[in-house]
Formats: sequence, C-alpha cells, structure tokens
Amino acid sequence: MATLITPSHFSAIEDAEALQKAFKGWGTDEKAVIRILGYRNAVQRKQIREAYENVFQEDVVKRLESELSGDFEKAVYRWILDPADRDAVLANVAIRKSECDFKVLIELSCVLSPEELLAVKRAYQNRYKRSLEEDVASHTAGDLRKLLVALVSAYRYNGEEINARLANSEADILHEAIKDKAYNSDEVIRILTTRSKAQLNATFNRYREDHKLSITKNLLGESAASDFQKALHTTIRCISDPHKYYAKVLRDGIKRIGTDEDDLTRVIVTRAEKDLKDIKDIYYKKNSVSLDDAVAKEISGDYKAFLLALLGKQD
Amino acid sequence: MTLNDEIQALTKAFTGLGVDEISFVTMGRKWKPEERQSFRKANPDFFPEDERHFERCDLEKYIKRLEQEFMRFKEVIVLWTLHPWERDARMAKEAIENGPEAYAVLVEIACSRSSEELLGARKAYHSLFDQSIEEDASLNIEGPERKLLVALVSAYRYEGSSMVKEDEAKYDANAIKNADKNKLLEDDEIVRILATRSKRHIHEVYKQYKLNNNKTLDEDLAAAPILQETVQCLCSPEKYYAKVLNESLKDGADEKIRKALNRVIVTRADADMKNIIDEFQTKYRVALSEKIKNTARGSYKDFLLNLVARGN
Repeated sequence: MATLITPSHFSAIEDAEALQKAFKGWGTDEKAVIRILGYRNAVQRKQIREAYENVFQEDVVKRLESELSGDFEKAVYRWILDPADRDAVLANVAIRKSECDFKVLIELSCVLSPEELLAVKRAYQNRYKRSLEEDVASHTAGDLRKLLVALVSAYRYNGEEINARLANSEADILHEAIKDKAYNSDEVIRILTTRSKAQLNATFNRYREDHKLSITKNLLGESAASDFQKALHTTIRCISDPHKYYAKVLRDGIKRIGTDEDDLTRVIVTRAEKDLKDIKDIYYKKNSVSLDDAVAKEISGDYKAFLLALLGKQD
Repeated sequence: MTLNDEIQALTKAFTGLGVDEISFVTMGRKWKPEERQSFRKANPDFFPEDERHFERCDLEKYIKRLEQEFMRFKEVIVLWTLHPWERDARMAKEAIENGPEAYAVLVEIACSRSSEELLGARKAYHSLFDQSIEEDASLNIEGPERKLLVALVSAYRYEGSSMVKEDEAKYDANAIKNADKNKLLEDDEIVRILATRSKRHIHEVYKQYKLNNNKTLDEDLAAAPILQETVQCLCSPEKYYAKVLNESLKDGADEKIRKALNRVIVTRADADMKNIIDEFQTKYRVALSEKIKNTARGSYKDFLLNLVARGN
C-alpha cells in the first residue's frame, strides 16, 4: 500500500500558481513546495507541470532545480518526474558512479513489472539517446556485466502458471552451483534472468523445502561475498521479497546519513505511491522503531519535512 | 501443341517450385489413356517399370512430391496473412527447435527487424508459447552460439537520430580486432557491441574497422559464419537477403534452403524489397522476378511475383 496522501480537491492551475508564488522574491518558500508537491500523485504532478508551462511558459522542473538545493532539491527533482523518466535518471546516475551501483539496476529490472521496465527503457532512450542495455554493458565487465545486461534486457513472461517439475530441477541446479561456489555459472544466470517471476518464486520455495535453508541464506556463506555474489543475492531478494529488501536498504541508508542519502531518497521517492506502507511495517518489525521516527531523528530541515510528507505525515 | 510438348509441359509442371495447375487441368480435359501412359513412361522417377514391365507408381514418392509442391502456395498464404509479430515468433520458435542449421533465421529476425517489431515478436511469443523468447532460447540453444543468439533476441536498440560518436566506434572496432580469433563467438566485447549498440553505431564501427584494417568486418569474422550473418543483417541486409534468395532459387537446392524463398519474400515485401531487387540485379545480373518466373510454377509463382512487385 502507498503512503502518499492526496487531497480530495485538486486544481492543477491553483497548484501551479501557488508554486509560482513560492518562487517569487527573495529565497523560496520551501514549506509551500512541500505542502503542494509532497501531497500529489503522479497524474496530478504531471498536470501541474503542464499547467505551469501553459500559464507561465516555463518548465517548473528547471525552476525547482534552480530554486532548491542539496538533498532536498535532489529529492524533489526525482519526485516530480514521471515515474518511468525518474527510474531512467536513477539508472543513469547509478551507472555513472565510479563503481556502478548495481543494486539500483537490479531493483529496476526485478521489482518493476515487465511492462514498467519497458517504459523505463523507452524513457532512458528518450532522455539519453542511447539504450539502457548499451550503457550498462559499456560500464560493467565480466560476470557482473553478464548478469546486469541480461536482467535489463529481459522481457519476462508475466503469467502466473508454474511448472512444478521445472521448479524442482532448477532449484537443484541452483543448489549445486551454490554448493560448488560456481555462482557465475551460465545456468544460474539463465534461470535468474529469464524465468518468469512466478516460476522463480516457485523455484525458491522448492529450494527452501528441499534444503531447509532459504537460497539467500545459503548464498551468502561465511566468507566475504564478492560483488557478484551480492548482486545475485539482491536479485533473488528483489524477486522474492521486495518489501523486506527495501526495508534493509532503508536501514543501511539511514546509517549512512551524512555521507550518502541517495538510497534513502530513492526508496522513499520510488515506493511512496506503491508499497511504502508495507515496507514501513517490515521496517518497524525488524528495527523496533518506525521509519518516520528513524528518518526524523537522523536528518533535518526541508529534506526531512519532504520525506516525512511522502511517508504519510498529515499536513 | 503436340503430345510430346504436352507431356514435357506436364513433367515440367511440377519440377520447379509449386505446381502449374493449368497444365494438370488441361490433361484432365484432353488426354486419352494412351496419352496418360506416355506421360507415365516419360517419368520413370515416379513410375518405375517393374520386372513385369508394369509401370507401377512409386506412390509414396509421387504423393510426397505433389504434397510438397502444392503445399508451397498454402504455406506462403499462411505466412502472408499472419500478423508480422506472430509470424516472427513462430519462425523463431521453429528455428530454436530445429537447431544450428536454422539459427540464421534467429539472426534475421533479431537483426533486420526494427526495435519495436522485435519487441512485438517477443510479446507474441508470450501469448503463443507461455514463455519468453529468451527463456526458450537460453534453455534450448546449446553450443557456442548461445550467448550471442540470446543477447540478439533480447535486444532493444536505440533507433533515434542522435550523432554517432566516432571515437566510441573506433574503440569498439578495436575491441573486435583484438578478440581471440579462436573464440570469436564467446568474446564478451563482440557480443556486447553486436547485441546492444544501435544499428547506426554498428555501421560506423564497420566503417572505422575498414579504415583501420584494410579488411571488412565481415571478412575478418569469417571463422564464425553466424557472426558474419549478424554483421551483414545489421549493416547491409539487402546483400544478405539477395544471397539467400539466390541460393533458394538454384536448381536442385535442398528443401530447407528452398523454404527461405517464402520466408524472405513475405517478410521483406513491405520492408526493403526494392533494395533487395536492386542488389540481386547487380550481383547476379538477372532480375529477381525473372529468376522466379523460371523456377516457380502456377499460382505459387504468381503470388510470389505479386509480392516482389510491391517493391517496385
């Protein structure tokens, strides 16, 4: 379930005018920006962008970029974009980091539905004049490249049917590979990057039944895991239990506050309209403190107020 | 026409591709028993005389031949009326099932269709076969071509008109040059370039390769024919298709090679048929339509000629 709250009355023109007012004069009325944008869904935000363009002949996104700054600006910028465009931007940012932030690409290709992933790929081509696959391929190498390119290229079958015999045999294949530490085997990559999600979840369930240990626990053994192992682990988590996965990313992200807020912003902005409520529930279960409180404790200012708005704080 | 001419015409009526139905109709109207006997004697292949001098029919062979030749028209009609996405999905499935000799069809589909057409074929694959094409391909294609073919059918290339970067193309050309000649098919860089780059970029890579190496890219990839076919389909599909058509129209061509005639003409009739016709003329010094007139028969021939004419 989403955490975003939207008002019963909505007028794109009124919002556009209110935003204009917030930009006027010395400085910016950030509270007004949060009060409006922090409580609008994707359709409404798009209408606000259009209304602003029509009335003021200006791109409100560019205006926001110049009026706001820091983590607050980054968050609002990502928030106001169309979801597919936003994910394209996030993917590009992740690719161009000095060490590719592969978990972002894995989230994209494994949590989104096949049609949503397609929309992101189209948005990416539109924005960057290159394909997502091309950029992922040329910024990665070796096993990680094999895995990531296959993941972003996939157009998985989205049916619910399961072949139990296949789940059995492929659970065995995965188990053998993990036992032999042959994580990068072609078979592992084939199974994880081409099978439908329903089929994969049946396979993971079968794995746990047969071997008494979940595949993810089995994967990260005692010794330090390689990047590739971590990527496989993330892939499986994103397919089998995205809420738990995101709760963990948030927990780690909050610990890193002061150094890197990208993960915190990304998860909250991308999931607020989807399943942030479910993620919050798991977060609370695992950490005995609500996500809202954890966020409120660690960050401050407009950035904090904006994130809390998206987290469902009543205005 | 004399009887002899008629017998010859009838024999010819199904020694090409398809059946000259009109000749058979004429036979039904005119010929008396002795004339039919002359026909049987003139075709010892289907009517071998046994030790009692009886012209028995090799029924299995005769029927099989007639079926095969009558079927060509049916097949081309079916192919023609299918939605292009379904057509491509079904051809891809068949190619995966038929193994290495059919993999060129996968290359054709993955490389000569537009990004949206290939995507459409992948959607159709979901509907028809309850699985994704990459799922099927990665499981059932064994051997060294697997990596390349799975990557090719999964491609969603950029097709916009932004400027091609010459230095990036040079880099890619070099990467191909430096690949291990004994392991071309499994070279990560070759797969990356051929399966993810836009077609315009690959054209530029081809150009840079030629500038820096005095040999063309497809010449240097001759050790791996499927890589050659990939480059040809991406860079100059009309040359590739003209060659395939020529092979399929040769006398005594293998049945598998003959099937390419339907496939190529139907799938390219509304695409680049004009370019293929021009290339065919340049390379083989005969018009494609002429070659078809001499080799194909009956309604099948007429249908093919109509499709080819769409390219004019």
